[in-house]
Amino acid sequence: MIEDGDMQDDSTQAPVESELVASPEPRPAAARSEERPLADLPAGQHGARMGGVFEAVSRGVAFDTEVHATMAGKDCVIEIEQFNLWYGTAQALHSNSMGVPAGQVTALIGPSGCGKSTLLRCVNRMNDLIPTVTTKGDMRLSGDDIYGPGVDVIELRKRIGMVFQKPNPFPMSIYENVVYPLRIDGLRDKRILDEVVEKSLRGAGLWEEVKDRLEDNALRLSGGQQQRLCIGRAIAGEPEVLLLDEPCSALDPIATGRIEDLIQELKGHYTILIVTHNMQQAQRASDYVAFMYLGRMVEYGPTQDLFLNPHLKETEDYVTGRFG
Amino acid sequence: MADTTGTKMKRRLTKRKSSLFARGESMVWLTGAALVVSIAMILGLLGIVLVRGSKTFWPQELKSIQLVDGRSLMGELTRTEEYKPERHVFESLREGDREAARKLVSGNRGRSTRYLWRTGNRSPTRREGFTEVSDFHIKSETFPEWAVTIERSEWGRFYGEPVAFLIGDEKAATDPAAAWALFEKHHDDATELWEEAAQLEEDEVGGLDALFEEQRLRAKSVELEHGKDSPQHANALETFAAFEASQGAERTRLRAVIEKMRAEAGMYSLAMRTSDGVEEQVRLVDITRAYAANRLGFTQKIGIYIARWWEFLTAAPREANLEGGVWPAILGTIVLTMFMTLLVVPFGVLGALYLREYAKQGTLVSLVRIAVNNLAGVPSIVFGIFGLGFFCYAIGGSIDQVFFQESLPNPTFGKGAIIWASLTLALLTLPVVIVATEEALSAVPNSMREGSYACGASKWQTIRRIVLPRAMPGVMTGMILAIARGAGEVAPIMLVGAAKMAPDLPVDAAFPFFHPTRGFMHLGFHIYDVGFQSNNAKAAEPLVFTTTLLLIGIVLLLNLVAILIRARLRRAYLEGG
Repeated sequence: MIEDGDMQDDSTQAPVESELVASPEPRPAAARSEERPLADLPAGQHGARMGGVFEAVSRGVAFDTEVHATMAGKDCVIEIEQFNLWYGTAQALHSNSMGVPAGQVTALIGPSGCGKSTLLRCVNRMNDLIPTVTTKGDMRLSGDDIYGPGVDVIELRKRIGMVFQKPNPFPMSIYENVVYPLRIDGLRDKRILDEVVEKSLRGAGLWEEVKDRLEDNALRLSGGQQQRLCIGRAIAGEPEVLLLDEPCSALDPIATGRIEDLIQELKGHYTILIVTHNMQQAQRASDYVAFMYLGRMVEYGPTQDLFLNPHLKETEDYVTGRFG
Repeated sequence: MADTTGTKMKRRLTKRKSSLFARGESMVWLTGAALVVSIAMILGLLGIVLVRGSKTFWPQELKSIQLVDGRSLMGELTRTEEYKPERHVFESLREGDREAARKLVSGNRGRSTRYLWRTGNRSPTRREGFTEVSDFHIKSETFPEWAVTIERSEWGRFYGEPVAFLIGDEKAATDPAAAWALFEKHHDDATELWEEAAQLEEDEVGGLDALFEEQRLRAKSVELEHGKDSPQHANALETFAAFEASQGAERTRLRAVIEKMRAEAGMYSLAMRTSDGVEEQVRLVDITRAYAANRLGFTQKIGIYIARWWEFLTAAPREANLEGGVWPAILGTIVLTMFMTLLVVPFGVLGALYLREYAKQGTLVSLVRIAVNNLAGVPSIVFGIFGLGFFCYAIGGSIDQVFFQESLPNPTFGKGAIIWASLTLALLTLPVVIVATEEALSAVPNSMREGSYACGASKWQTIRRIVLPRAMPGVMTGMILAIARGAGEVAPIMLVGAAKMAPDLPVDAAFPFFHPTRGFMHLGFHIYDVGFQSNNAKAAEPLVFTTTLLLIGIVLLLNLVAILIRARLRRAYLEGG
């Protein structure tokens, strides 16, 4: 299927396959990352090698994700396996595979249009809303199939909280915004709702600022407050995973700092998957980083390793700002 | 970077080379001029309606005019215009007056001023209530002190001077001042008594009539159920006959009481002399309002002006809609418009929701959208014809066949009715609401929907809790447009229930308060009827303006309410107020 998709992009696939080999050990293009022994990569390798990745991508050929050895054996809440996605006939994700470790912050980085947001939105199946989207591959949330037949999307989304690029509080009171996930479940008990509001807003670091004006319209909050409210709303339903889609891109540095602190506080309670443009943010806030390029996952490893000691030259170029 | 901005700045400072078009100056003028033209036209229209509509009820002074031919007339001036008299006009004058008239006109560069006087005093033998007079006809003018304007309940206004006050055949006063004093003393009591009699007749006799009809229908339904000549039918006929007999006596008694009251009220009358010397008696009960026009102070004039407006707003029309008020038409317009709004808004919103939120966007949906938009271009009379055929005859007729068979051939639902008119107008304004709602729905940012879905909301929950509230101001815009369009439509409702004169109001105190099967009066139709169907066009003309003013006012009022609601919704859902 992947090869089919690629062939649409590049009709001269046969010669490419042999040319792909810019890496030290030539591998067949169809090889899958999990088939490859992780031990291939020396753990403390100094000086990134050329992955030939960009060249492979530009030719539309599949390659393996460079997964750091330390990623093995983690307890993963979300497992993504060979996930592909098409917008109409254009393929946006090419056999992505990764596991998101429980209770940790995992960041997706990469240049614009590399598919990191798309991948994130696949986790709670927000891409279902776009009629032209087709997918292939598996995703699991705590072992439950996300894309399996008979999955109730609504129940799935209740287990996953999501925060978007632009703060999107609903046009109602702060209180109603927070309890929205409970309201749609038909919960009316004022005592429980009050409790949830306080807990969620404390969790989102907003309680002290708004506790006296919970009935005010949420649209009157500042941008940073709105985004924290959205985080409060996302955690009100006690989700297993929190998806953050560039949560700070519309905020000023101070509000951004607040959100980053918040991410650190939420870590542990929740598994967080965050998309970010900002390399410093990824470095500061995340435990693991996956670098994506044109719909393909290039390298995935612990944040410090990936930034300070990347295995691939392409990753190094990107994180040091020489490219992208 | 700095260099380029530098040269740019330099260029900016020397404008000489850029053309007028490039700078867009001419477009400012063009757009501004377009706006000015539209505003001028709108203000012109509103201005005419406002000025002419608001002066209709101002009590005018009465002028008495002596004409060169010896006639004299008295009345209110309604129109003044300049014209060029033809030669033969002078031929109609008496020989001795021709020369003076010619001289007057030629001294005025061949032009003459023509006055239209409302001279009133119509009667079964005298139909014309207006007289046209040119300046060369007039010999002298006076303002008689005791000239009195009387508004009669029949035959319109009467102008004259009081000469006596009569109680029965007896003269109680014989000079104007005393007669006027007596008139003011007795007028209220007499009219009150008269109205009491009318009320008694309506309530009691009307109640008896309703009872009679009920009994008749009961007998008729027994006949339909068991067949003619069946024992049950014979029984029912017997009961009905007994009822008829018992009712007869009650009827006679009531009639006598009513007659007595009428006679008592009707014995007062005012003897009046018109400008041409004829004496006429006017019963006090026939007078709705009278005032000594040339003796009025400014405050009194304002009092009469307000009283006339009040009557116009609250009373039922008389005299082929030329006198009295338009209350039934106001009520009909408001009820019709509100009922239409109630029908069209939910329908339009649901339709737009399906089109925008549920339907798969494609050729079919585009075709539906085009069809809906085209519906807005269908001539409104076509909607009227459709409403008559489909709502009145097909649906209403079927309802009659099934549920109201005993009252056939008199239709209950199968005729023009306010419910059918509302439905027809709802259909007419549906495109407006659908288009506006669709716009509003598409303006709801997707991030809102996504936020809701991400919380685990279903599609309907998202629509109900997030999308619809956000789109409400836009829906209200559609509603405002629908009200403005629907309230002013005349052509379609003419066919499906608007009446020149509706005896019963569509909403009244009788259970069930809203009577959907009744015909109704409507201000728009009233304007058409008074303006173009009246046999007294000159008297109707000012009323057309006044009624138009009122209709515009009502539409404005309804819109204002909607705009206020919309502003509140906007504050709540868009600006976070």
